[in-house]
Amino acid sequence: MIRSLIFLSSGAFLGWSLGANHAGIFWGTAIGTKMVKFRTAAILCSIFVILGSVIGGGGVSSTLSQLGTIEHLAAAFTVALAAAVTTYSMSKAGIPISTSQAVVGSIIGWNIYSGFGVDYLVLTKIASTWVVSPVLTGAITYGLFKVVQHFINKSKVHMITLDTWTRYGLVIVGIFGSYALGANNIGNVMGVFVEANPFKEIELLNILVIDPTKVLFFVGGLAIAVGVATFSKKVINTIGNNLYKFSPITALIVVLSVSITMFLFSSSSLHDFLNSIGLPALPLVPISASQAIVGGIIGLGLARKNVDINYNELGKIVIGWIVTPISAFLICYISLYFMENVFLQVVN
Amino acid sequence: MSSFFSSKSSDLQNLINKYIDVIEKCSLVFKEGFKCYINWQEERFTNYYKDMIALENRADELRHDIKFKLYSYMLIPESRGDVLGIIETLDDVVDVCKKVMEQLSIEKPDIPENLRPGYLELSELSSKTILELVKATRAFFTEIKLVENYINKVHFYEHEADKLEESLKRKIFEHRDIAYLSVKMHLRYFVEKIVLPSDMAESVAERLSVYAIKRRL
Repeated sequence: MIRSLIFLSSGAFLGWSLGANHAGIFWGTAIGTKMVKFRTAAILCSIFVILGSVIGGGGVSSTLSQLGTIEHLAAAFTVALAAAVTTYSMSKAGIPISTSQAVVGSIIGWNIYSGFGVDYLVLTKIASTWVVSPVLTGAITYGLFKVVQHFINKSKVHMITLDTWTRYGLVIVGIFGSYALGANNIGNVMGVFVEANPFKEIELLNILVIDPTKVLFFVGGLAIAVGVATFSKKVINTIGNNLYKFSPITALIVVLSVSITMFLFSSSSLHDFLNSIGLPALPLVPISASQAIVGGIIGLGLARKNVDINYNELGKIVIGWIVTPISAFLICYISLYFMENVFLQVVN
Repeated sequence: MSSFFSSKSSDLQNLINKYIDVIEKCSLVFKEGFKCYINWQEERFTNYYKDMIALENRADELRHDIKFKLYSYMLIPESRGDVLGIIETLDDVVDVCKKVMEQLSIEKPDIPENLRPGYLELSELSSKTILELVKATRAFFTEIKLVENYINKVHFYEHEADKLEESLKRKIFEHRDIAYLSVKMHLRYFVEKIVLPSDMAESVAERLSVYAIKRRL
C-alpha cells in the first residue's frame, strides 16, 4: 500500500498544484467582493471539487484512457510526474498552463516508449479541444454578456438589488465552477492511474458500494482540495486575479462561461443525451481553465466593443499548445527509460 | 426568487429614494423661497426657510440610516464606497441651500429693483442644476445608461449660472445708484452664495460620472 501511495504522489502533486492555481479563478472575485471569507470559499470549493471529481469525473478519464492504457503503477507515476514537472516549468515561464496538454504529451511519450503507437483519431479529438475550449468560452461570454446587458438596460433593477444578486451569483457560480473543475480536471490528476488503480472496492455498512475508480477520484479530489486550502490564498494574494480588473458583474459572466465550458467538456449525461437525439456532442476531455479564461476575456472585449486583444497572451497560449506536449513527451520518455533501467520498475 | 433577494435590500432602496426626494424638495424650496425674498413676501420666505431647516434635518437622519444599513447589508465594498460618496456629497448641496437661506434671513440684503430679475434667474438656474443632478442620481441607481445625459444638463445649467454670475457682478459694480462699496460687496457676496448650490451640484455630478463609468458593463 505504501508503495502504491508513493506512486500516486505524482498525481497528488498535480492535483495540489491544480487546486492552488485554479481556486482563484472561481472564487477570487467572491473573496474580493467580501461575499465570502477565504476560509468559507476554500471549504465550499473543496467540497464541490471532490463531489465533481467523484460524481462527474468518469467521462474525461475514459477519453484519456483511449489515448493510452497504462496498466503499471510505476509507469502511471512517471507519466503524471512528467506532466507535473512540465506544468511547473511552464507556469514558471509565465505561460498559461494546461495540465491537460502536459498529460497528453506524457501519455504519448509512454505510448512511443512502450511501442504501442498513437491513436491519432483520439489525439486529434483531444487537441481540437485546446482550440475549441477558449473559442467556446469566448462565445458563451459574448452571449451571456449581451443577455445580461439587455436585462439590466430593460429591467431598471435597482443598483442595490443588482449588487445583492451579483454577490449571491458569485457564490453559486463559484460552487458550480468548483464542481466543473473537479469533474473536468480530475482526468488530468488521476486519469492515468485508472487502469493501474491500487484501490479496492469499498463497502459502507453493507448499503453503499464505492467502486475503485471513485475511490481513486476521491483521493485526487482530496489532493486538489489540499491545494485549495494550503496554497490558493497565497496565489490569490501574490499573483492576483486578472478578473479583479473587471466589475463584479463582468467577472461573474466570465467565471460562469469558464464553468459552463468545463461542464460541457465533462458531463457524460449531456454527452449521451446529445448523441441520443442525433446531435454532435463535445468530446469529454480535460481542458485548461487558464486558457478558457483568456478566451472569455476576449469574448467580453468583443461584446463591449472595446476589443483590446492581448496578442502576447494569445501567443503564449499557442506556444503552450506546441511546447507543453513536446516537453512533457520528452521528459516522460527519458524518465521512463530511467524508471525501467535504473529503478528496475515494469513500465510496459 | 427576485423578491427573496430584494427583500433585504428594499429598506435600503427606500431610504435612498427618500433621500433623493429630500434633495429634490430642497432645490424647489430654495427656488420658491428666494422668489418670495425677492418679492418682499417675508412671511412666506420665513416659512420656506423653516421648511429648508426641516429638510436639512431629515436629510441628516436619512444619511445616518443609509450609512448604517450600507454597512449592515454588506454590499460589494466598491459599491458601498460609491453610494456613500454620493450620499455625503449630496448632503453638502442641501447644507449650502440651507446656509444661503439662513444668511438671507439674517443679513437681508437690499437688492435694487433692476437687479432682481438677474438674482431670480440665478436662483432658478441653481435649482435647475440640482434637479438635473437629482435625475442623474436616480438614473445611477436604476438606469445607468441615462446618467451621462443628465450630467450634461447639469454642466449646461452650471455654465449658464456662471455666465450670469459674472454679468450680475459687473452690473453691481457698474451700478450708479449704489453709492457704497460695502453695499456692492454685500450684493456680490450674495451672487456668489446663490450660485454656490450649482457649483456644488456640478462637483457631485463629476463624481457621479466616474462612478457610472465604473459600473457600466
